Amino acid sequence: MSFLKLNHISHQYFHDKGYTKSVDNISMAIEEGAFISVLGPSGCGKTTLLSIISGIIQPTHGEVLLRNQPLSNTASGIGYMLQQDYLFPWKTILDNVLTGPKIQSKETEQTKDKAIQILHEIGLANVVHSYPKSLSGGMRQRAALARTLMTDPNLLLLDEPFSALDYQTKLKLEDLVSSLLKEYNKTSILVTHDIGEAIAMSDRIFLMKANPGEIAEIFEVPIEIRNLQPFQARKHLKYQLLFDRIWEELNELENKHPV
Amino acid sequence: MNLKTNTLSDEQLFEQYKKQRKAYRKSITFWQLVIFAAFFISWEFASRMEWIDPLIFSSPSKVGHLFAEKLIDGSLWFHLQVTLLETIIGFVAGTLLGIILAAILWWSEKLSKILDPYLVILNAMPKVALGPIIIVALGPGYVSIIAMGAIICIIITALVVYSAFREVDENYVKVLKSFGATRWQCFTTAILPASFPAMISTLKVNVGLSWVGVIVGEFLVSAKGLGYLIVYGFQVFDFTLVLYSLLVIAILAALMYQLVEKLEKWLIKNTAG
Repeated sequence: MSFLKLNHISHQYFHDKGYTKSVDNISMAIEEGAFISVLGPSGCGKTTLLSIISGIIQPTHGEVLLRNQPLSNTASGIGYMLQQDYLFPWKTILDNVLTGPKIQSKETEQTKDKAIQILHEIGLANVVHSYPKSLSGGMRQRAALARTLMTDPNLLLLDEPFSALDYQTKLKLEDLVSSLLKEYNKTSILVTHDIGEAIAMSDRIFLMKANPGEIAEIFEVPIEIRNLQPFQARKHLKYQLLFDRIWEELNELENKHPV
Repeated sequence: MNLKTNTLSDEQLFEQYKKQRKAYRKSITFWQLVIFAAFFISWEFASRMEWIDPLIFSSPSKVGHLFAEKLIDGSLWFHLQVTLLETIIGFVAGTLLGIILAAILWWSEKLSKILDPYLVILNAMPKVALGPIIIVALGPGYVSIIAMGAIICIIITALVVYSAFREVDENYVKVLKSFGATRWQCFTTAILPASFPAMISTLKVNVGLSWVGVIVGEFLVSAKGLGYLIVYGFQVFDFTLVLYSLLVIAILAALMYQLVEKLEKWLIKNTAG
């Protein structure tokens, strides 16, 4: 049984002058605890796909099953991390991390202790009572991760969460996120346009093409790389081989469907 | 010269910088006072020399005398409290109703689309022209005057605050929705607090507007208050009284504005860190 299943998902955006097919006939099955990446050029419907999986958008065709249940029955249980941190600037880091429990009316002393513990683990122990604006981009994105993890989501959706960071911070954060998600045994879907990031972090890569957004190819990441931290994975020989294969595939797609 | 400044330590340079800033601020205050003094002195002088008609333009000394007189016989406080109370109630009511209207518009996008042309017309229409109708409908008393003070700022508050609501980044709502937040929770957790700065700036505008509404309201009906004094002074051709009332209004409006600014500073300090 798959943990998450997408059955022939299609979605159109309607506007006054017609409609655009954003994603077309996408099916995938993801096992519990897996880390998969959706890789593709901009405009291939990656973010639309995530919004559909999270239940924010209803697809025009197809269905999403989480543990064999339609999404509407499972309510939340899904954590979303965006390109930017979207921490509330008027709340302290602790209050930001407690946003989820507060919305779900589950705020207790226990959740507060848990929040502080997560912040410790993530290396933000000494900014618990600071405001977001006094933190660096990397720290803010870590706080956003803590906020996402607070509600114990079964499924984590990562929408290019490292793309707004400088390179060094990005590499460090990849390692942190990767080890945290393994530790908590989370199922995660990462959307990215960075080939290296997709290889270094995930178990499987879905390569998408644009207009309409379809899955062009699926790459299994070699087991040797999967077990390494992203930073170490980048140095592995097989990393380079897979990178070249995906690179060629992307170029071929571009030639077939010039942008 | 260059060599000499180079030998100054960082600490000394900082002292020098502080001194310059202080001198700069002092000169700003100085020129503000110069304008103030020049205005009143030239007014007094022109009036005494009869370059301007003293009957119409009065003079600072006459206004000052009247001020002292009214202060002693208690009528300053009497008229002032009437108008001030009406203005504060009108200001608070207008602002709150405007924000509530904005919230309703945010809640239903369809309703906001439907109401859009009417809001634009209502906003463009001079609200004081509604005065006579309001007075007939609500009776010639302080209720009508407060209504004038409120009505003049409701629509503009609603429009400004509503557009502030809409400018809040959708991704904040996305984050909250991923936690399963209701629409009301999205509103109170993200939309409303994110719009505080816009609300404060409408407060500043509303201070001035509600004074206009209340004074016009008093022109039309009342038998007391600063607006009444202005109309009365005009009817008996006592322009010293008119200018005295204007002076009191100017002082009160400035004080109210200062209070709103204090509130703004307090809010920024206590909400944004």
